[in-house]
Amino acid sequence: MIVAVSALGKEKEDVVDLRFGRCNFFHIYNLETGEFKAVENKGNTANEGAGIAASSQIVDENVEVVITGKVGPNAYKILKESSIKMYSSVPIKSIDAVNEFKDSKLNEIVSAGAAHSGLNKQ
Amino acid sequence: MSLNIAILSGKGGTGKTTVSTSLTKLLKSNYVDCDVEEPNGFIFFKPKVVKSQDVTVEYPVIDSSKCTICGECAKVCQFNALCKSKNGIMVFEKLCHSCGACSIVCKNKALTYKERVIGIVEEGFSKDISCMRGVLNVGEPMAVPVIKKLLGNLKTGLNILDCSPGTSCNVITTLLKSDAAVLVTEPSAFGLHDLALSVKLLRKLDIPFGVVVNKYSNQDDTILSYCKSEDINIFGVIPFSREGAVNYSKGNMLLDSDEFKHCFNEIAQNMRGVFLWN
Amino acid sequence: MELVVISGKGGTGKTTISAALSELAEDVVNADCDVDAPNLYLMYKGENIEQENFCGGKKAVIDYNLCIGCGMCEKHCKFDAIKHNKVIDYKCEGCGACAVVCYKNAIKLIDEKTAETYVTKTNYGDNKTKVISRAEMEVGTEGSGKLVTEVRKNAKKHIEGRSIIIDGSPGIGCAVMASLTGCDVCVIVTEPTISGFEDFLRVLAVCEHFGIKPLVCINKFDLNLSMTEEIEKFCNENNFIVAGKVPFDETVMKAINNLKPITYYKESPACTAIINMWLTIKKEINK
Repeated sequence: MIVAVSALGKEKEDVVDLRFGRCNFFHIYNLETGEFKAVENKGNTANEGAGIAASSQIVDENVEVVITGKVGPNAYKILKESSIKMYSSVPIKSIDAVNEFKDSKLNEIVSAGAAHSGLNKQ
Repeated sequence: MSLNIAILSGKGGTGKTTVSTSLTKLLKSNYVDCDVEEPNGFIFFKPKVVKSQDVTVEYPVIDSSKCTICGECAKVCQFNALCKSKNGIMVFEKLCHSCGACSIVCKNKALTYKERVIGIVEEGFSKDISCMRGVLNVGEPMAVPVIKKLLGNLKTGLNILDCSPGTSCNVITTLLKSDAAVLVTEPSAFGLHDLALSVKLLRKLDIPFGVVVNKYSNQDDTILSYCKSEDINIFGVIPFSREGAVNYSKGNMLLDSDEFKHCFNEIAQNMRGVFLWN
Repeated sequence: MELVVISGKGGTGKTTISAALSELAEDVVNADCDVDAPNLYLMYKGENIEQENFCGGKKAVIDYNLCIGCGMCEKHCKFDAIKHNKVIDYKCEGCGACAVVCYKNAIKLIDEKTAETYVTKTNYGDNKTKVISRAEMEVGTEGSGKLVTEVRKNAKKHIEGRSIIIDGSPGIGCAVMASLTGCDVCVIVTEPTISGFEDFLRVLAVCEHFGIKPLVCINKFDLNLSMTEEIEKFCNENNFIVAGKVPFDETVMKAINNLKPITYYKESPACTAIINMWLTIKKEINK
């Protein structure tokens, strides 16, 4: 299974970025082979449609599960359409978030948050 | 034959609509409200609207029977309006700039365009004055297509184009159809700062212009000094008056009070002198 | 905490109010998101601790070594941005349709510098520092929305646990949306004029679109008491809190021309009203 985590930095020990569309990096974990890579989020440099660009990248990486803070309406639409599951995490280390997911401790994201509100408290 | 004069300001709230509406009435010209995000001019003219047209923009529609989900359209789109998902191509209309690039790259002829409404343009009359305006629908991010539609329907004669505040795309779109401009400013440090930005823009576009200082008090000389040092024509000043502000708040034109008639006469005369029209 | 001040109509007093609020809130960082006309920093002359070029979009550039002058690009440009084989930069939207149709690959899209972003630090008063993030747009460029996001991002880099007060732009388009999103508190500054009220309603609709319940400030309220009453009535009927009513006060213009925030004139009617408004805003934030 391929899992992506939105992250603030490039290392597994870096903290989960609560934003999806404008997060700094995506950590791509292959849970079968143990492979790990960090890629720069294409949504971060988009003029408009950051959530769309980020989702597009996730689809291209054959990701099956996304772990992030929350997801806006455009990204939610794309990920749902592509049968990619989304889970919500608090700002813990990326690798710890993956372990929480494996232990079924993360809540699934079942609806889109408000647009552009990756850093909102609610 | 038409002569289009844009009334702009850089800083918001200096008095573009105040000046546009009174000038229009004095000169018996046509009034065009190009501030499609927040149009106010009709408050002062209260025209009887006789014509109303939807403003539409194109967006791509995918024929899934022809689409091979190659993703070339999504790749070429600079605005992320198209996205390749696992099961097909998704379209995000509000991000589309209607440029046509996606249809050009599609090898399977799977892309056509539909139209959607983003706003409206209205036309009417107030006594003998032709009034037009554009209104952008709330929630739509792009105002330019509404402004373009409005400017595509200008009447002959003298057109006063009441602009949006600022110096970016909304204002440029209006200026590109303008023969001359009047910069409305106010005598404050903020007014001066933003005036300089607007002057830069007008010079870049090579449009002849002059300045009107609104809410003027003769205690402050900064704008007049700046104009002098930059060799900029001053069309006139409109003194600050609390009564004037109250009248504006009620939707009355300044021209209707005797206090201001001579100001606008002077402004119009100076404009004629600089812009050279009959 | 992020607080944004917007208005719908220009000239209602956003900058005056947001400067005053940030003085009262004391330790905050300012983001001047009125990128077409950034005025806040004029009150705080300091040094630039950060300055960066910002690319808000792309522009088409023709390589004349490869171009054969066939005119296909001009034919396909939907924005009339190519005339006689030359790109008119202020019309070009950076869509790339021309690059796609060019047989000779003579057209490329390049990043266009559309603004400079600054972070300024000013020391003033008794040991106070003010950090302001702003942008100066090249005149005639697009990209306001993304630029606003960048100005906010730069402000966040310097927060060190503090709050941010955002001075928004007039209007209801993409620049305003980018100022609003993700904020905790929104204050709409309006004025008791018919124009102001109509514009207030439109910017209110944008707030609803973003799921934000704004607080309302009626500035220069005593210029038209019946209009003020109408605004208050509307707010009451629709459950919007009028956080403050600020009287028309000539001290405000004096303050602007001396490049000082109105709070410098503590005894002035406007300052007194804004102080009361701040207390109300704080109460609402803490709820």
